[in-house]
Amino acid sequence: MLQIKNLHASVEDKTILRGINLEVKAGEVHAIMGPNGSGKSTLASVIAGKEEYEVNNGKIILEGQDIDELSAEERAHKGIFLSFQYPVEIPGVTVTNFMKTAINETRKARGLADMPANEMLKLIREKAALLEIDRKFLSRSLNEGFSGGEKKRNEIFQMAMLEPKLAILDETDSGLDIDALKIVANGVNKLKSKDNATIVITHYQRLLDYIVPDYVHVIHNGKIVKSGGKELAHELEEKGYDWIKEEVGALR
Amino acid sequence: MELKEKLLSSFLAFENQVDVETYVHNIRSEAIKTFETKGFPNKKNEDWKYTSLNKVLKEDYSVFSKQENALEYSDVKKYFIHDIDSYKIIFIDGKYSSHLSETTHDGMDVCLMSAALSKPKYRLVIENYFNQVAKDDSLAALNTAFSQEGAFIHIPKNKLAEKPIQIIHFSTGNEAALMLQPRNLIVVGENSHVQIIERHQSLTSNPILTNSVTEVFANKRAIIDYYKVQNDEQNASLIDNTYINQKQQSHVSVHTFSFGGKLIRNNLNFFQNGEHIDSTLKGITIIGDKQHVDHNTLVHHIEPNCESHQDYKGIFGDNSVGVFNGKVVVEKEAQKTNAFQANNNILVSDKSSINTKPQLEIFADDVKCSHGCTIGQLDESAMFYLRSRGIPEKEAKALLMYAFANNVLKSVKIPELKKRINKIIANKLGVNIGFDL
Repeated sequence: MLQIKNLHASVEDKTILRGINLEVKAGEVHAIMGPNGSGKSTLASVIAGKEEYEVNNGKIILEGQDIDELSAEERAHKGIFLSFQYPVEIPGVTVTNFMKTAINETRKARGLADMPANEMLKLIREKAALLEIDRKFLSRSLNEGFSGGEKKRNEIFQMAMLEPKLAILDETDSGLDIDALKIVANGVNKLKSKDNATIVITHYQRLLDYIVPDYVHVIHNGKIVKSGGKELAHELEEKGYDWIKEEVGALR
Repeated sequence: MELKEKLLSSFLAFENQVDVETYVHNIRSEAIKTFETKGFPNKKNEDWKYTSLNKVLKEDYSVFSKQENALEYSDVKKYFIHDIDSYKIIFIDGKYSSHLSETTHDGMDVCLMSAALSKPKYRLVIENYFNQVAKDDSLAALNTAFSQEGAFIHIPKNKLAEKPIQIIHFSTGNEAALMLQPRNLIVVGENSHVQIIERHQSLTSNPILTNSVTEVFANKRAIIDYYKVQNDEQNASLIDNTYINQKQQSHVSVHTFSFGGKLIRNNLNFFQNGEHIDSTLKGITIIGDKQHVDHNTLVHHIEPNCESHQDYKGIFGDNSVGVFNGKVVVEKEAQKTNAFQANNNILVSDKSSINTKPQLEIFADDVKCSHGCTIGQLDESAMFYLRSRGIPEKEAKALLMYAFANNVLKSVKIPELKKRINKIIANKLGVNIGFDL
């Protein structure tokens, strides 16, 4: 589904990604872990098409197509979804209206007519129930005054609505208490299928107890320095990141 | 001939058509002298520093329409809020159209200024209110000199006007260029309530200059909601002079939606003559091309325990220019005043500009007065957030602009009007977003 080849990216002349290689197949869950400032969130933003980041070298290929020239919205239309670490507050636009606009614009791009209002309402109710979201919440302004947990739940609600092929969860566990974490993880797990894939970006192993990855990658200094199965996450949890840094240092 | 000279000589012709032996004509005669002395304002005048009338004044306007022009409702229906029941006072090229109007004398008067000025039964109201709150600056004086036609609304006390009143001034373009000077008088009695929608609409691209004066009197505990829809053709200019006199515990709100026209100047003046008064001034301006919109507001807090709320949002594209000059005066006696003013602007293009100037003159010491103005661009992180959900750039921009202006729309109390404004905004932003705010 997704192939990243030798990806180099920078922001304001500062190089952050220095040759990322990654392949994600349909039906897989990949976890990307790493210390602060290692380039995890940058990788997420670059895949989603944030314009401030410049790709200096390498390729991002989604289902055989190089998406480097595509805008953020075109990538979304192709099925990429980014759950933001810090969802943006947009006063004056309700969650429901935002979702309606996003869904209908995506349908338009795919050559489909607007979703009928009753169908939309049904879908919203169904997905809100999945994330245990109160109906009142849907008529509030997007993310405005939401608690950390509400913001993250709202991100996964949007993911459930948009049904992406590739979902990237950027630090979705930060700011969540254990109950909210379980709801969010449960939502993500229910959306999993053999046709879609998930990249979970996290600093801690905690979320991976609930969303179990097939592969774990450790990113350091803009490169994937170690890959393994889910047991790698446990090892990181026990030993921290220093041993990785040392290992990488020893190789230099 | 310069427009000023033309107006002065036209006044003599005007005197041949009207009854000069009246109370009102004495006021007109004084007013033309004021205009003759002061002339049109220019940039040397501090209040006109950022708005020049020169370009607008150089057209060769007819001061009166030479003929009676008619319009069919079906041709102009779209300019009405037509999905609600309402009273209508409609003018075509400055002349009353009984065909398009729906007036009333049933328990209140929703009718014509010309009738109010000539019929004896209105004499007392005219003597009590006409030209009592309009200031004698040159443009208002010019209007006063030629005051003859417009809307006259008199709501007696304890009356709820159950239907909104629409005042629409159409210009047909049958004259090569036309100057219009409507004069409105609105008197609302104690405990009464009325909603008014006003619109000026040119039907061609021929130059139109409207210099309008509206006097509003809100007696004790009266509630008035006034909406001005300014979405005119490219060569239509409007100088709107509105003066509002409030008595105790009255609530008056004016919403001004400025989306089109060549040059718009809104002189909006509130005078609070009583305690526990609430005045609300809100506006949304969305313009582009070389359009120019100037909001010049005054709230005069004269007595204690009153409030005023000003909230103006502006979005400026292309080479458009915005001006906001908000003056708040708090007299020494006006203790416990709560005056709030905000002016937020987004510049969408590098060539657009906004001049914003809050002006607070506070002579009382126990007051809460706040003001803030911002000028910015659209938030990049919000743009990325929306786009990452599949909303294209243009629609994402529009959505953020909608959201930006939303606070002002929230207080519009007529749902059909709110819908219409939403639609105009969507049109203006060139998007078709399927939702209501």
